[in-house]
Amino acid sequence: MNVGLFIPCYVNQFYPNAARATLELLRKSGVNVGYPTRQICCGQPMANSGFEHLAQDCNNTFIDNFAEFDYIVGPSASCILHLKDHLHSDTQEAKATEIRGKLYELVEFLTDGLKIESLNATFPHKEGLHHSCHGLRGLHLAQMSELNAPPFSKPEKLLGMVKDLEQVRLGRCDECCGFGGVFSVSEEAVSVKMGKDRVRDHTRSGAEYITSSDLSCLMHMEGILHRNKSNVKVIHISEILNASI
Amino acid sequence: MSYQTTTKDHAALAEAFIKDEERVDWHDGALWYIREKRDIASKGIPEWEELREAASQIKSNVISNLHDYLLQFEANLKKNGIVVHWADTPQEHNEIVYAILKAKEINQMVKSKSMLTEECGLNEYLEERGIGVINSDLGEYIQQIDNEPPSHIVLPCIHKRKEEIGELFHEHLGTEKGLSDPTKLTRVARKPLRNVFMPRRAALTGVNFAVAETGEYVVCTNEGNADMGAHLSEVQIASMGLEKIIPQKKHLGIFLRLLARSATGQPITIYSSHFKKPREGQEMHLILVNAGRTRQLGRPDFQNSLKCIKCGACMNTCPVYRKSGGLSYHNTISGPIGAILAPNLDMKRHADLPFASTLCGSCSNVCPVKINIHDQLYKWRQEIVKEGHASSTKVFGMKAMAWTLSSSDKLDKAGRAGRWFMQNVPFVVNNKLNPWYKQRDMPEGPKETFTEWYLRTNGD
Repeated sequence: MNVGLFIPCYVNQFYPNAARATLELLRKSGVNVGYPTRQICCGQPMANSGFEHLAQDCNNTFIDNFAEFDYIVGPSASCILHLKDHLHSDTQEAKATEIRGKLYELVEFLTDGLKIESLNATFPHKEGLHHSCHGLRGLHLAQMSELNAPPFSKPEKLLGMVKDLEQVRLGRCDECCGFGGVFSVSEEAVSVKMGKDRVRDHTRSGAEYITSSDLSCLMHMEGILHRNKSNVKVIHISEILNASI
Repeated sequence: MSYQTTTKDHAALAEAFIKDEERVDWHDGALWYIREKRDIASKGIPEWEELREAASQIKSNVISNLHDYLLQFEANLKKNGIVVHWADTPQEHNEIVYAILKAKEINQMVKSKSMLTEECGLNEYLEERGIGVINSDLGEYIQQIDNEPPSHIVLPCIHKRKEEIGELFHEHLGTEKGLSDPTKLTRVARKPLRNVFMPRRAALTGVNFAVAETGEYVVCTNEGNADMGAHLSEVQIASMGLEKIIPQKKHLGIFLRLLARSATGQPITIYSSHFKKPREGQEMHLILVNAGRTRQLGRPDFQNSLKCIKCGACMNTCPVYRKSGGLSYHNTISGPIGAILAPNLDMKRHADLPFASTLCGSCSNVCPVKINIHDQLYKWRQEIVKEGHASSTKVFGMKAMAWTLSSSDKLDKAGRAGRWFMQNVPFVVNNKLNPWYKQRDMPEGPKETFTEWYLRTNGD
């Protein structure tokens, strides 16, 4: 099985440790991982701002980099959802269609693709899980609180395999953090207020770490925590699943 | 009465609202409480998701066959003795109401349960012509005496605290200063409202559901004011948007179960009043209003926004709405549903609204008729940019970002990790003028990017 590792541009630039943890987790699970080093942005920042038509070059670059793999896996629910919903090409639509069907966010690849049942990981901390909206409502990584449907949670299933980890209970289990891409600056006041409230839910519940399958949410909340000199840290879920003492 | 119109966009109005953080926390909590009541009510019936699906499909059928259902409804209304009017525009709607009242020499009207007439600006139109209008729903009455539009379609004054309402009543109704007990305030409001009902000869209501098969319409309220107005009136007028049709009476069982649970978490509204034919000596009129609805019907990506039954659940669940308040949407219908309806009416004026969302998707999940609200927000953004309503600086920034992000060559020339990103992606530019930095820090750039590490170690 050949897996193409997709590392979103901002993760590559700011959170290389999460990218390394993702690579290591996949390798430990016995898959062959390739990393196309010429990869670049998925095009979501343009598309969500109404400029989907400007993302054509991003789309074609993505197709050129990843068409050869059996699966494409990335540590970002948001970018993966964007590609699944909006990857198209004027010149290579057949390839684009094929790629849309083999994209996986890391957590869903570990639970649904590789059917992981145990992990050799230890993380002796209190952790609050932040569901990214795109992971939750877009990729259905867990049941959504709005629906009258049986509960399940893929990230919690994986976190449950980590030794000494304590998950805290939040007041609002799947509220948006307010990042929203360009929304974070075009609607700065609302974005920050949402972020502060989201962070407060975690800190009140006694979390030492906030984790998520999306680093964009975490980058936003980290920015708020850091500015307010909080001791609470953010950590991508891949780093917990790959953690050893 | 005429409301102040604003030229500020959602972001600016929201920023002003958020300045009083303690108030925002209260507003957010009040709406979240209603969302939680909705969750409990919807989870109390096992067939909830099937009900949503059924309602959605019935409304799809209505949208696909609107022409036929409207003609059937009209024929049945006439059979029942109701006078039918068609209005293409808000202006035409207002003229029709005025003509009906004038013919009877009526100069006072009581109104209830109608967002459509808010949309049409009916109160202002009639008042300019010497006809007094009183909104009889308590929340709308409070908004009316404060000369402010409703901030929510179901809870019109949800943004006001009880102390503020006490202050308003003190000023306008002469209550003692400092009174803020909701029960006492309601009793105070009841007196002038009763006095309003008694002598008014005309009553106007909105319509929740219009049954094509029988030519009757249903109005759902909790206060009974629609009934009181209608029963005391000699001229009863109902105004409805074309989309309020349901095909058959039996479908009401689905919609009535969904509406109140979604709106407030009640199993059903206190009153579900069916109006079918005039009493002896009474005149009944029904006005079918287009006001842009057929234009929306002609937009394949957006036509199912017309399924909306105006429950307000998308507002209560929307974190942006909860933090920014309904008035920041500068449109009669606020929140996520307002943001997909408003651009159809005036794309330039409402170009900001589809961007007032993180696209979190909670709105689509609570919607009782399963409108894909957050997908439509995304699609409106594309439409608005294509139609040239994005600012030129934004267009330039986006083009620059697309150019840099689409080729890895530019990445190669970057220096330290993080620097390339900060230099090239407008929304993280490392600059004090950047809104990101007002209340947030950027992550510290690591020593090397993942790609640099990978190339250096070959991934080991």
